Amino acid sequence: MTDNVPVITVTNLIKQFGRFAALRGVTAEFPGGKLYAILGDNGAGKTTLLRTLAGLNHPSSGQVTILGRTRFRDVCHQVGYMAHPSLLYDEMSGVENLAYFAQLYGIGDSGRCDEAIRAVGLDPTLTRPVGQYSQGMRQRMSLARALLNDPRILLLDEPFSNVDLHSAADMVRLLAGLRNRGKTIFVVTHQASLLEAAADEFIWMEFGRIVARTRDFKFPETTA
Amino acid sequence: MNHVPGSSGGVPTAGGQEIGVSLQPQKIVRGLTRATLLKDLRLEWRSKDAINSMLFFSLLVVVVFSFSFDPSAEESRQIAGGLIWVAFLFASVVALNQTWARELRNQVLDAYRVSPAPANSLFMAKTLGNFVFVSVLEALMTPLFIAFYRLRPLGPAWQLLLVAALGTWALVVNGTFFAAMSIRTRSREIMLPLLLFPISIPAILAMVQATTSILNGEGARFWIVLLVTYDLVFTTSCLLLFENVLNAE
Repeated sequence: MTDNVPVITVTNLIKQFGRFAALRGVTAEFPGGKLYAILGDNGAGKTTLLRTLAGLNHPSSGQVTILGRTRFRDVCHQVGYMAHPSLLYDEMSGVENLAYFAQLYGIGDSGRCDEAIRAVGLDPTLTRPVGQYSQGMRQRMSLARALLNDPRILLLDEPFSNVDLHSAADMVRLLAGLRNRGKTIFVVTHQASLLEAAADEFIWMEFGRIVARTRDFKFPETTA
Repeated sequence: MNHVPGSSGGVPTAGGQEIGVSLQPQKIVRGLTRATLLKDLRLEWRSKDAINSMLFFSLLVVVVFSFSFDPSAEESRQIAGGLIWVAFLFASVVALNQTWARELRNQVLDAYRVSPAPANSLFMAKTLGNFVFVSVLEALMTPLFIAFYRLRPLGPAWQLLLVAALGTWALVVNGTFFAAMSIRTRSREIMLPLLLFPISIPAILAMVQATTSILNGEGARFWIVLLVTYDLVFTTSCLLLFENVLNAE
């Protein structure tokens, strides 16, 4: 994926929940092969934007175009999504979980699950159920699930929450490596300092709008 | 954390094949239905959430009613059809609520929604899973019903098996659909019976009448045909509408 070719285009995106507008006219283009950190206070609309990109929220108005398609279903196999909850079954082991989700993507190769688990620094031979994992391990297994289909676009919601600093740094290195291989990565986080060196762009959100896009981890003073 | 899956190339591949186009659509639906069904059976085997609650509830109904009435063999044949199906109907609601509850924990349903897997695979797997759970319950509880109510069918007993299969399918196909509809409502445990019971009235009537007719040695052909028709109509409708239910916010 070459730079400056937008993989995602968002046009006047509005998302309302009843009378509350979580997104209030977001318009942006996101060139491919970059790592974007989406920042903002609670309620700024970060998660809603990510869920709308992932096809989980339907826009009240406006349009999302991903890889030239407006129907998420047409590109869903090119997108990996990691939410704040783990999206994993607590009663099953990590490998069992990934083996099931791999089948949803038509992946029959069990070696691929092991590969994804190793990529996030976990042991694929671990047999205990995910419910008995620490929160950090659960987050990493959740990232492994999102990487399973080798997506071109990764949408990650709070991937570093409850992860220790050492593991978080490992995760950032992994994301930077993926970006270097041409993946486009969106990370919603409250721990933006972790991405200070790795992120290509910081997207600042306030009250359901993108208020600034910066190359450095510094909110421009002239923008409000 | 330096070895990345699929790092050999940029194209989204799965085991050397392009994802989503490597299989025939029908094969995909069948394969995913099987995968989800096996996953659900495994989860139930480990947690026993649904089967324990259903068994306990049905056992309670059998014991309480057997102490409340002391019917003769003739009276038993008259009331058993209604009694058995009411017990199974209420017990199955427990399983139906559990079906989707485990998909909401950790929002696992979202992982399914963002995947290319068709909605109908999920629906069929859930329905088949519930069919298995309720059938297991029926297999365990029927001997108890026979013992407590001294039941001996005067008609062909094999027809009871047919009615049980058709009736159970009628309950679970609508139950799975309406349970999915009510998962996002605040009081889903109440909402499911409110939606399910009224629409199940023709099926319940057919199940009870067919069972009573067979127990009394009368013909049950009309009721069986009604059940088959009901099953076909509602299975088709649910399959056609389920994608909208799954993707509703």
